Amino acid sequence: MIESGDRVPLLDVEHLTMRFGGLVAVNDLAFQASDREITAIIGPNGAGKTTVFNCLTGFYKPTVGRLTLRRDGTEFYLEQMDGFRIAREAGVARTFQNIRLFPRMSVLENLMVAQHNTLMRASGFSLAGLLGLPRYTRAEREALDLARFWLDRVNLTDRADWDAGNLPYGAQRRLEIARAMCTRPVLLCLDEPAAGLNARESYELNELLIDIRDRIGIGVLLIEHDMSVVMQISDHVIVLDYGRKISDGDPETVRNDPAVIRAYLGTEEEEELPEEVAEDLPPEMVRALRSFEDRPHEEDGH
Amino acid sequence: MSARAGSPDFPGILRDSGLVALVALFLAFPLVGFHTIDQGGGAGMGIETRFPWVVVAVAAAFVGRFLQLALLRTHAPVAVERSLSRLGEVFQRNTVWIAAAAITFAIVLPMLPFADRRLVDLATLVLTYVMLGWGLNIVVGLAGLLDLGYVAFYAVGAYSFALFALHFDFTFWMALPIAGLFAAAFGVLLGFPVLRLRGDYLAIVTLGFGEIIRIILLNWYPVTRGPNGISDIPRPSFFGLEFTRRPAEGEVAFHEFFGLEYSGLHRIVFLYYLILALALITNLFTLRIRRLPIGRAWEALREDEIACRTLGINPTNTKLSAFAIGAMFGGFAGSFFAARQGFVSPESFTFVESALILAVVVLGGMGSQVGVVIAAIILVGLPEWFRDLQEYRMLVFGGAMVAIMVWRPRGLIAHRDPTVRLGVPQRPEPSA
Amino acid sequence: MEYFLQQLINGLTLGAIYGLIAIGYTMVYGIIGMINFAHGEIYMIGAFISFIAFLVLGAIGVTWVPLALAIVLVVAMLFTSVYGWTVERLAYRPLRGSFRLAPLISAIGMSIFLQNYVQLLQGARVKPLQPIVTGGFVIMEGGGFSVYLSYLQIIIIVVTTVLMAMFWAILSRTSFGRAQRACQQDRTMAGLVGVNVDRTISLTFVAGAALAAVAGLMVTLHYGVIDFFIGFLAGLKAFTAAVLGGIGSLPGAMLGGVLIGLIEAFWSAYFDVEYKDVAAFGILILVLVFKPTGLLGRPEIEKV
Repeated sequence: MIESGDRVPLLDVEHLTMRFGGLVAVNDLAFQASDREITAIIGPNGAGKTTVFNCLTGFYKPTVGRLTLRRDGTEFYLEQMDGFRIAREAGVARTFQNIRLFPRMSVLENLMVAQHNTLMRASGFSLAGLLGLPRYTRAEREALDLARFWLDRVNLTDRADWDAGNLPYGAQRRLEIARAMCTRPVLLCLDEPAAGLNARESYELNELLIDIRDRIGIGVLLIEHDMSVVMQISDHVIVLDYGRKISDGDPETVRNDPAVIRAYLGTEEEEELPEEVAEDLPPEMVRALRSFEDRPHEEDGH
Repeated sequence: MSARAGSPDFPGILRDSGLVALVALFLAFPLVGFHTIDQGGGAGMGIETRFPWVVVAVAAAFVGRFLQLALLRTHAPVAVERSLSRLGEVFQRNTVWIAAAAITFAIVLPMLPFADRRLVDLATLVLTYVMLGWGLNIVVGLAGLLDLGYVAFYAVGAYSFALFALHFDFTFWMALPIAGLFAAAFGVLLGFPVLRLRGDYLAIVTLGFGEIIRIILLNWYPVTRGPNGISDIPRPSFFGLEFTRRPAEGEVAFHEFFGLEYSGLHRIVFLYYLILALALITNLFTLRIRRLPIGRAWEALREDEIACRTLGINPTNTKLSAFAIGAMFGGFAGSFFAARQGFVSPESFTFVESALILAVVVLGGMGSQVGVVIAAIILVGLPEWFRDLQEYRMLVFGGAMVAIMVWRPRGLIAHRDPTVRLGVPQRPEPSA
Repeated sequence: MEYFLQQLINGLTLGAIYGLIAIGYTMVYGIIGMINFAHGEIYMIGAFISFIAFLVLGAIGVTWVPLALAIVLVVAMLFTSVYGWTVERLAYRPLRGSFRLAPLISAIGMSIFLQNYVQLLQGARVKPLQPIVTGGFVIMEGGGFSVYLSYLQIIIIVVTTVLMAMFWAILSRTSFGRAQRACQQDRTMAGLVGVNVDRTISLTFVAGAALAAVAGLMVTLHYGVIDFFIGFLAGLKAFTAAVLGGIGSLPGAMLGGVLIGLIEAFWSAYFDVEYKDVAAFGILILVLVFKPTGLLGRPEIEKV
């Protein structure tokens, strides 16, 4: 629906299916993500969102499917690659739902580890580094510069020498994004980056993601439950339910898609939108839902 | 049960101590209370009782638990804990000075008036374990890979020197790099298939590997001469100068070259300096590589392997490099061992050795270089000096390993300094 | 053929003993995900307690073999399980939630401690015991070789099988078994729904130690000699058995034990006996590399 036609997508997912024994976590999923765009994957709990991420980043081998990533004119088939090669060669970086920093290393070291491959090459697989050759010193200086850039960007410069594990929660989330960015990715996958953030932090996160999209110019793939984040910053939203795609389009389209509303709120049991739920949703969505309630029910498709 | 500070709940404490005493009774009764004795002369085994010992053990358990609950409930452990942490920090902050002082002391040690043959010998032994500890620290402390078969690489190093000397007349200096390479090659050989395993599986596999190497050394008679070992391994020379009273035809001995009176101590002191140099090289290497990307990747792998993969780090190769480099230093130490003893046999490479080296690393504080030195002095030096204690050494260090893990899992001196600092004023960091 | 059959019998006997020890490894691994490195020493302590119990019974004049065996069995299980309980309480429980190598290092420390504790108390020399159960019968003869089945081997296999069956029943029928299985699945959740997790873990150690004690008793009878060092190798092999069968799986431990016993018996019979331990370790490495989940284990899905 959002096909831009003239542009080749950065990531092209086709027929992605992931089975765990009898459970089908993702079922024949297809979608695309472009650079300079924020693509959000939303869906109820257990819809298979994180599984999609795990397939993209090499933690799971998809049962079926082709995951094509295009970087500098080369096509990478992610489903055939080891996780570390996906990050190193294809340039896909990710964060985790439950933050995974290196807690007993400093904030700055976390960002330096992210530049491992660049530095490793410059250190001549440690030989040049051991001897302290200028080519390595230069590379290390550049790595520090990049780290400094992201420290500034996520507001952690004055805590750069802290142990990462000592940072408050919101700062850990930001650091994880900064660390992913230090790998110089072409696609950044964020697994619920706004989870547990307060309103202000969530706002700052939006700014950061927009900045990454517009100024760094890479593609961002986002799993998120916080609709305010999704609706405000996404260019393109994909909705999953029970491992299937039920909607795909710009935020406006998705927001008004009856299939989405059904998936989130059901049709039979809940006749009315409860106030507690309404409080958490953006007003437009509430309006859409309320109008939907007034309409006669359609036949249940599923 | 839970006592408020200041007013211990005595009935509760008594009951708890009583229970501990009861458990102690059950533990002590069969193994302490009875003693099996060999009656000799085909009379088979006899048994005698030692019930007073049981009473002592039970009473000790009761009193110990009582004191622990009544007194240590207060702030004593916290205070000790904190001062140890601070000690670690002080050590870390003044590393340069402490290291300089320690190295100076190590260098002048053989010249000090009280340095007799026994002391220098002992210091050499301690330094061997310091070197092994530093080598293993790369694997366990930095990369977080629990290697229970480190002694295998020590053995490979020792036997490669012994065999090369035996068959090809290699000198120590020619064999040293080869011993290191061989050990590293064995590290790769073992590491390649098993390093993708979970940490605790890796521990068992390395343990098994250590045993395999020992069994092979013991039974591959044509090559290793089995339990008899290989003797007459050439002693290392000082730039070609031998430490012998009467050198072979055409050779010059150390004492002749320097115009000294021949003394057996020369070789002892030389060996001491040799291991000191080898150990310092290991240390310098570790300090340097920690600041390189590979060193940081090792530590990152220890912290979170999954995160490492998403940053493009190849976990298997990175672990393999730590494993191989650790093994290499084990190999160097092994060839030194062979040169010092002049004799190798499988007996020197049992699991107990691996455990001892691991204990040196763990007790000192994983990743802490100073800690290794302190732990080596305590675990190797003290029992060797007080021979009577030797019997209890293993008992104590087994117990100490448990106690340290329970009490300070990061080791006695565990304070990690970042490998790189931003050089920008920092907000005060909350202490973890 | 006769020779083969004899090795089969020997291997099964040995395998039954390994299986008993392996159960302790596999259950502890299942419930707290750690290798109880000191388990081999618990088995060694079981052997020593059995040994001492036999001597004491002999000294006070209990000589009727079935009675002596029954008493020793109970005594060894009782006292050894206190050791199992204490080890968990002192060395492992305080470390739950610590960093991942901590319990393993603590376990190694405990293993070294127990070995030297027994050595100091009972001496380092090998302890011989006069044969208690003697006799047997020839079940097959041919080619100048007779297949011999001793009463002791029958006792070992029968006792082991009965105990395993009992244990199996306990795990699948009783509330302890339910709690045990619940904790294996998810300890936090089990705690939330009212399972006493600490007690369940303690009981797991107690049960594992009791079975190891039986293995210790059987070995004392079978070989007639023990020393403080027997726990190390037996522990490693039993662990290999647990991994081979699929760690965490009870039938796996039994199957693995029997397989390791058979492999060892046949290796000793047909190849170089000196290298039989190498064969066992080699198998461990091969299994871990090619099928880390073992024969009956469930695959682990990496949680990200």
